[in-house]
Amino acid sequence: MAEVVQLWVYLSTTPLFGLTATLVVYLLAHALYTRWQQAPWANPVFWSVVTLAALLTLTGVPYPSYFSGAQFIHFLLGPAVVALAWPLWQRREELKQRWGRLLLASTAGALAASAVAVGMGWALDLPTPVLLSLAPKLVTAPVAMGIAEKTGGIPALAAVFSVMTGLTGALAGKYLFDLLRIPAAGEGWQVRGFALGASSHGIGAARAMQVNADAGAYAGLGLGLQAVLVALWMPLLLGWLR
Amino acid sequence: MLPLRGLACLLLMQSLGEVLARSLSLPFPGPVVGMLLLLPALSWAVVREAVAACADALLQHLSLLFVPVGVGVMTHLALVSEYGLRMLLVIALSTFTGLAVTALVLRGLTRPEAAPKQGGGHG
Repeated sequence: MAEVVQLWVYLSTTPLFGLTATLVVYLLAHALYTRWQQAPWANPVFWSVVTLAALLTLTGVPYPSYFSGAQFIHFLLGPAVVALAWPLWQRREELKQRWGRLLLASTAGALAASAVAVGMGWALDLPTPVLLSLAPKLVTAPVAMGIAEKTGGIPALAAVFSVMTGLTGALAGKYLFDLLRIPAAGEGWQVRGFALGASSHGIGAARAMQVNADAGAYAGLGLGLQAVLVALWMPLLLGWLR
Repeated sequence: MLPLRGLACLLLMQSLGEVLARSLSLPFPGPVVGMLLLLPALSWAVVREAVAACADALLQHLSLLFVPVGVGVMTHLALVSEYGLRMLLVIALSTFTGLAVTALVLRGLTRPEAAPKQGGGHG
């Protein structure tokens, strides 16, 4: 028994544990997601996170030692963002014709989402640093953290809000689009994908990529465009408002 | 070798982006600058073929890459639960607003152009 405990203590502190656990849990979650015909509520990111969090709590492994292994996966987020240039390049002809309306739609969405988040938070008496961390939550976590740092928010909190926003979009987007009667066909896929990428960044975009190739490409575009635009105007706007 | 060369291209562009973003103190993170740098470089077939082989595999599993950050949310659970339900409500409603406004504006701007195209024969 003592040997087993010793072995576990050793294994749980090596990077091997975090990396293996992340991959195995994700593969299981993804298998179930596929089996349930990619139902939004079966989202593999959501269930992987919940399962891994429960696993860490049960085994008492602290997050930093889990992350020492999981960081190898986390690191690939950088190259993945760079790789978004590829789906964009493939659709460069249609983008040249549509850039005006895409710019307008993403900025309108960003303004509306941030205004509702900050306005509601203010009405509900949330402290100012929390409000400033809520504002950039619709862009991908690393960008949201950078913006929060500049505007006086709390970077760690901005990352948490960003992930929660991504999950909300991935879990509920389909039902919302159905309600708004955005068709799940033809150009409707482009609208759905673009809205997911622009309003719930990479986690929403990942969902779009799994569902439809056209939606996926537009989601990548929405995510990239929004990250650049919001990083440009939000620090200026919040600085001017204060 | 092709996917490996593609990964090298991506990392190279990310590094270049990081250097540019820091030295010019741009407001964007390095990978976003790297993506903007890679776009024109894709006109070369050598870069394009390599990047395509790697990018497709990477983007296909994009959702996996968010799992470690997601688990990190757990470490800040205390911070979130301090504000509890209010916070969840704010996040959910503002996300719905963002999705709806983006989708409706884009659809609204797409429709009016589609109509005259059909009848725009001028014959």
